[in-house]
Amino acid sequence: MMAGVKSEPIYIIDGARTPFLKSRNTPGPFSASDLATQAGAALLARQAFAPTALDEVIVGCASPGVDETNIGRVISLRLGCGHKVPGWTVMRNCASGMQALDSAIANIQRGRANLVLAGGVDALSHTPLFYPPAMVQWFSRLAAARSLAEKLKVFAQLSPAALFSPVIGIVRGLTDPVVGLMMGQTAENLAWKFGITRQEMDAFAVESHRRVAAAQDAGRLEEISPIVGADGTAYQQDDGLRRDSSMENLARLRPFFDPPYGAVTAGNSSQITDGAAWLLLASAAAVEEWKLQPLGRILDTQWAGLDPAQMGLGPVHASTPILQRHGLQLNDIDAWEINEAFAAQVIGCLRAWNDDAYCRSELGLPQALGQLDQSRLNVDGGAIALGHPVGASGARIVLHLLHVLRRGKLKRGIATICIGGGQGGAVLVETL
Amino acid sequence: MNNMINNVMNTLTHLVHWKLQRDADGTAWAILDRQNASTNVLTVEVMAELTTLLDECDRQVPKALIFKSGKAAGFIAGADIEELARLDSGAAAHALIKRGWDLYNRLAIVAYPTLALIRGHCLGGGAELALACRYRIAVDEAQTKIALPEVMLGIVPGWGGMLRLPQKVGAGAALDMMLTGKSIDARRAQKMGLVDVCVPPRVMDNAARTLVNSGQPPRTLSFFQRLLNGPLKSIVAAQARKQVARRARPENYPAPYAILDMWANYGGNALLVATEKPTSLDALITSTTTKNLLRVFFLQERLKGFGKAAPKFIPRHVHVVGAGVMGGDIAAWCVLSGLTVTLQDQNVERIAPAIARAALLFEKKLRDKKAAHFARDRLIADPHGDGVRQADVIIEAIFENLEAKQKLFADLERRAKPDALLASNTSSLRLADIASALQQTGRLVGIHFFNPVAQMPLVEVVASDTTSTITAQQAAAFVRRIDKLPLPVKDAPGFLVNAVLAPYLNEAMRCVDEGIAPETIDAAMLAFGMPMGPIELADTVGLDIALAVGRQLVAAEMQPKTLGELVAAGRLGKKSGQGFYVWSSGQVQKVSAGIVPLGLLQRLLKPLLAATAERVAAGVVQDADLADAGVIFGTGFAPYTGGPMNYRTQHPDTE
Repeated sequence: MMAGVKSEPIYIIDGARTPFLKSRNTPGPFSASDLATQAGAALLARQAFAPTALDEVIVGCASPGVDETNIGRVISLRLGCGHKVPGWTVMRNCASGMQALDSAIANIQRGRANLVLAGGVDALSHTPLFYPPAMVQWFSRLAAARSLAEKLKVFAQLSPAALFSPVIGIVRGLTDPVVGLMMGQTAENLAWKFGITRQEMDAFAVESHRRVAAAQDAGRLEEISPIVGADGTAYQQDDGLRRDSSMENLARLRPFFDPPYGAVTAGNSSQITDGAAWLLLASAAAVEEWKLQPLGRILDTQWAGLDPAQMGLGPVHASTPILQRHGLQLNDIDAWEINEAFAAQVIGCLRAWNDDAYCRSELGLPQALGQLDQSRLNVDGGAIALGHPVGASGARIVLHLLHVLRRGKLKRGIATICIGGGQGGAVLVETL
Repeated sequence: MNNMINNVMNTLTHLVHWKLQRDADGTAWAILDRQNASTNVLTVEVMAELTTLLDECDRQVPKALIFKSGKAAGFIAGADIEELARLDSGAAAHALIKRGWDLYNRLAIVAYPTLALIRGHCLGGGAELALACRYRIAVDEAQTKIALPEVMLGIVPGWGGMLRLPQKVGAGAALDMMLTGKSIDARRAQKMGLVDVCVPPRVMDNAARTLVNSGQPPRTLSFFQRLLNGPLKSIVAAQARKQVARRARPENYPAPYAILDMWANYGGNALLVATEKPTSLDALITSTTTKNLLRVFFLQERLKGFGKAAPKFIPRHVHVVGAGVMGGDIAAWCVLSGLTVTLQDQNVERIAPAIARAALLFEKKLRDKKAAHFARDRLIADPHGDGVRQADVIIEAIFENLEAKQKLFADLERRAKPDALLASNTSSLRLADIASALQQTGRLVGIHFFNPVAQMPLVEVVASDTTSTITAQQAAAFVRRIDKLPLPVKDAPGFLVNAVLAPYLNEAMRCVDEGIAPETIDAAMLAFGMPMGPIELADTVGLDIALAVGRQLVAAEMQPKTLGELVAAGRLGKKSGQGFYVWSSGQVQKVSAGIVPLGLLQRLLKPLLAATAERVAAGVVQDADLADAGVIFGTGFAPYTGGPMNYRTQHPDTE
């Protein structure tokens, strides 16, 4: 093993996620903590240990509700872990769930924890609307008004335009505050940089839907734990899948981010979705103590930063150092999960690795790393068909990667994700 | 504030059950902590010490007096029921009532302000003590319950409850509480004026000190409410008497009528009613109903006692296999009792309806929306049966098929924790036959619930010849943990309750065969005091089930004809919208019952009484008392009778 890599192994014992439920422009049936609690309860119920045996619960969440800002603690209590198990929340935008895993790893390696429930959740359909500053000022003037006359005067100043133009939380959340670009516009940047066409993007999207459909039909999404609403509705499958997805259907969509001249549409981007994903991580001591049978182990993780305007290349910058540390080539990895924020962004990653100039100038490599074999990439589809509940995705791809590896009796895999704000995260796992 | 508490003097060292402590500012605390007992009950000694305590307060007048409990369990559970049960004459009853009536009247007029700080249960004589104080504070916790449940024992709130409760909450609310015995929680108590304020425990002592010394005038009723509790009493009483008559006949249940009479005509003073009147204390205390109801109370305590034999068994996680009506409702009830439940069935679609039903139950039973929402977190849909591994109790509630159950239990035994309780909810199979599939046959016990689970207090704990003693004891402890009443029974067909019900329902349905209207049959039993008539009960249970149970437990030539025809026609009762009755959106549609023919009641009762006696003789239950307890709490058999065995003894002519 290369220098700089801690040798303390981190075992992945088990994992589960909710079905990913597409946002239908109205708050969905479950809040973020509802989702994480249902999937987590099912996961914990099948373990050899009680929920109270956990050392901590770590949750990645990009937009927790206003009444559950430390959603990690809320979920930990709702899961019946008891008062004594600490729970906390981490936030690294689209990689929040992956950050939760990395934070668990840090605490296990530090010797502070042996058994950690870590994962991510977001219920993007519940993202609130906000009053703009003009309305906030109006409310404070109203609160300050004493007499009826003063109050009437304040009412006379109410601007209907401001009242009916709330700030849409989800749009703000998906806009880079530094460079002022929407995430889809950063994908347009990559399309421009690497000459990725609309047809290539749409073809990638069609393939994502086809692969998810095939995986559903073959029962390969075994990490899904069904959830049930209070009204008795059972949710068992990811519902963003379009089985009728085709080049013709996608061609009809209008460029969403840079209309009318761009190429990134709602159809070749990930969907806005509610969902939660969990992994149970354990030290060697915990594996021995509870006689656990791990799914695999985490060998390495890496974070990287890059130009926010090209945030979609984050996976290239995070995965390459892992490959270098372990002396591996792109195709030494048996299976890849690159989160599909945008088709243009995943294609851009593949182009960047295969581009001498990019690899030299941006990665400090002597030449291009080469062509990643696409049959190893996102074999059961990705976020374009499944959706991208921001906080959950980083945990989902690690969990699903392990299932892919075990199913194919394969050894090594990398799950990697791009992060709004110009970062990337990657996790190297192996089966046992 | 702390030095005030530290700076106390216990002035009356010779008191055993009470402590009188005085703060530096002169506020005194009367703390009831009955010696060698877990709950505060108002025994003769406790009442005598209270007199001493008030004497002491006359000698050294406190600035104010606050009553509170020294027990973790609650405030005061009421009078000493054992003492009540020993009363053998009207004179003795008068003496007991007079003791409390006089003492509380004395307390009500002391010169210094008084306050009852109510945390936990506050029942009967305890509530009357609180009512005699100038102020009352209820602590905002789920366990805080205030009630005057005397009527349920066939007696009356004679220590001033009938006088003071209507003055505090108005005649309507007071009569509702006194005539039904229902309990009021802390928040509701504040809303209706039963207490002055409801506070969280963290500020209760300070609230008590502040309020008792506030000089605030006691609450009074509105003008209109004063009319209802004054000049208009007789109109209110007449109205209430009509309502009571719909539920209970005076010859079966004299107490509610006595309460109305004492309130309306005697200023709530039970001592004033003339001995020869049917509403007098003498009549009540010597009535069979009161004796029988007290007996039922002690039988209930006896059932509760069965849960104490395995104190170390503290279940946390229950796994239920089978998410049908019974399995789903058992799961929901366990969750409501604070346990975590994994609910297994073949797929999520079969589990989801049970979760929806549970969500409705939680909303109805829990204090707020948040509690109901979080209760759902503890009900986990488990299509793969993963929960078996961690479960402390595993309850099987699948369809009644021996082979399927044997296969299931063989698998459960392999996967469950070695000390997990394995239980079947079977009602028609022999437990021993199911257990034969186990390596350790002693591990299997029957935990037989009744439908609807949320409403039926009894659970039969079935031991076969091979069931180990500790397993049966743990099953009873589990039943208590979920606040049901465990009845140990032997592994005989129909156990106790179904074996008693089946011949009774069969006889009722044979009456239908003979052309008697279902309404008439039901009316006969309703008049007797059953909560539901036998035909409506059969429709509610489901006629397919009634037929199956009947075939198992009743001789073939005794099978009712109409029942078979209805089942063949798919008319299964409430669940299919038609049975003996037509059901419309869950409500039975009945026509007028007409006149109940002479002898019908006796005819219907006879098979029930005979079956109970037969079960006792066969040793299915330990003794006749437990048979009575089982039939009352398992079927709702008219409690004033004291149960079928007791009824037989008291009415030898029915055989």
